[in-house]
Amino acid sequence: MSEITPDLVRHLAGLARIDLHEDEVVRFTEQLSLIVDSVAKISDAIDANTPATSHPIPLANVFREDVVQPSLTQEQALSGAPDSGQGRFRVAAILDEE
Amino acid sequence: MAKANLMDYEKAIELFEVVIGLEVHVELNTNTKMFCGCRNDFGDEPNTNVCPICIGLPGSLPVVNGKAVESSISIGLALGCQIEPNGGFSRKNYFYPDLAKNYQTSQFKDPIAFEGQIDVEVPSGNKFTVLIERAHMEEDAGKLTHIGGATGRIQGAEYSLVDYNRAGVPLVEIVTKPVYGAGAEAPELAAAYVRLIREIVKALGVSEARMERGNVRCDANVSIRPHGQEKLGTRTETKNVNSLRSIERAVRYEIQRQAHILAGGGTITQETRHWHEDKGATSAGRPKSDADDYRYFPEPDLVPVQPSTELIERLRAALPENPADRRKRLATEWGFAELEFRDVVNAGLMDLIEETVAQGAKPQSARKWYAGELSRIANSEEKDVLALNITPAQVAELANLVESGKINDRIAREVLSAVLDGAGSPEQIVKERGLEVVSDDGALIAAIDEALKSQPDVLEKIREGKVQAAGAVIGAVMQAMKGQADAARVRELVLERAASL
Repeated sequence: MSEITPDLVRHLAGLARIDLHEDEVVRFTEQLSLIVDSVAKISDAIDANTPATSHPIPLANVFREDVVQPSLTQEQALSGAPDSGQGRFRVAAILDEE
Repeated sequence: MAKANLMDYEKAIELFEVVIGLEVHVELNTNTKMFCGCRNDFGDEPNTNVCPICIGLPGSLPVVNGKAVESSISIGLALGCQIEPNGGFSRKNYFYPDLAKNYQTSQFKDPIAFEGQIDVEVPSGNKFTVLIERAHMEEDAGKLTHIGGATGRIQGAEYSLVDYNRAGVPLVEIVTKPVYGAGAEAPELAAAYVRLIREIVKALGVSEARMERGNVRCDANVSIRPHGQEKLGTRTETKNVNSLRSIERAVRYEIQRQAHILAGGGTITQETRHWHEDKGATSAGRPKSDADDYRYFPEPDLVPVQPSTELIERLRAALPENPADRRKRLATEWGFAELEFRDVVNAGLMDLIEETVAQGAKPQSARKWYAGELSRIANSEEKDVLALNITPAQVAELANLVESGKINDRIAREVLSAVLDGAGSPEQIVKERGLEVVSDDGALIAAIDEALKSQPDVLEKIREGKVQAAGAVIGAVMQAMKGQADAARVRELVLERAASL
């Protein structure tokens, strides 16, 4: 049984900075419940001895040499930015951490 | 910001037990970033060390820096930790423009190193064992500059400018378990712990470990509870404490602030607080998010990290001498008195003195400069000695100029202040300003003869054996030489000339 409640959906929407209407909250509560319940069916197929797996391919330790590669130029880096100034990305002031 | 009411420190300690927890971020000194080949460097033009990976452009794929993993394992081993045989990275999701990806690539359930411990000595000589919960790898965030606010702070800012050069720089975050039992020495323990971490990562050669550049940063968790209460008090996490001195002050401040609130029947809010060095106070930041709100999940673009036993043992064998052994060795090599050595350690001067000695200074003179004049100047400017504008090589040069008799102590202090003002190296300054003591006996004798002749009564007294009368002549000669003479040599010559005139 999923524990997706309308309040949880509102909380998640807040974290994701998505402004949801009330009818969307109701709709997504139903849909998320269905999704979570479906995924939870996996629990029926495994037991406590099954290792947690996050990657489908049996591959590990892919590392890069610590050697500098060319970077973008400042102009290239900023070329897709909606706004910039003084060689930097310009963003709205957000009241969070100082 | 109104300064919060504080309880007297001794009273706070009498009423409450202090529990601290420390999170130290260490920036690694790899050539490149954690997940891309951009240069890991301080002070370059903004947004010139960036690429599609570290500015989060769609379709870019990160690859782990193998050297950063090795450095992280070395740190873990030096902290007595176990190394995770099967770890990996997770995404920590949050929206803030210091990272362009909208998540930070970090480690969550499987940190590279866990369960270690180190012994930390505080200034009184007491030792505490600090348990390490974990040390995990992650990436640093970019640098924001807030524009338009009255003080450059975010309050009142109109917009912010972002430089992503630092975004993606490898970090190791070292987290302690709650530290109990330090009592009144909790602030000193916090600072001594961070100092030790700095010494360790510096000795390992994995970080520049310069706090003033943000290579080592500390968040201090503080909670208090009435003596005998089992339940831990609500903690606050003070960020932005970037010098050893600030760590000590910030922890002390939080103890006094929380004690005042609890004693008045209030409750502590669980929150992030910011340390303001200028005001010597913390202020409330945002309420602390639950870990759940970061919606950590395994990073699908990076495969697991499984260090082999061979690799771990190779790194373990390469560990440098541990800080306690190093202290013992240096104490012997330098031959300081026990108290002198402890003062050096507590003032954080050990590395500086070691470097200065390596640059050719005698240990005692290096100690005298750092513990004396340089500490005095740093104190009066409310800075760490480390932040002063002088290198160990320059201190060694200055010490040797005095040792060799080329300048005297008074001139040396003048040269020091010129070095601190950026006028150049001590030798350059002495040369350019003609500060070298007059060691040419001819010039000294001429001045002495003149002084003796102009004070015949003094000359008479000296001849009669009243040696203390020579003081007046020595004074006149030193004045004529503008202080640039070795007073002992002048005295010798005065007595000689008085006899032969």
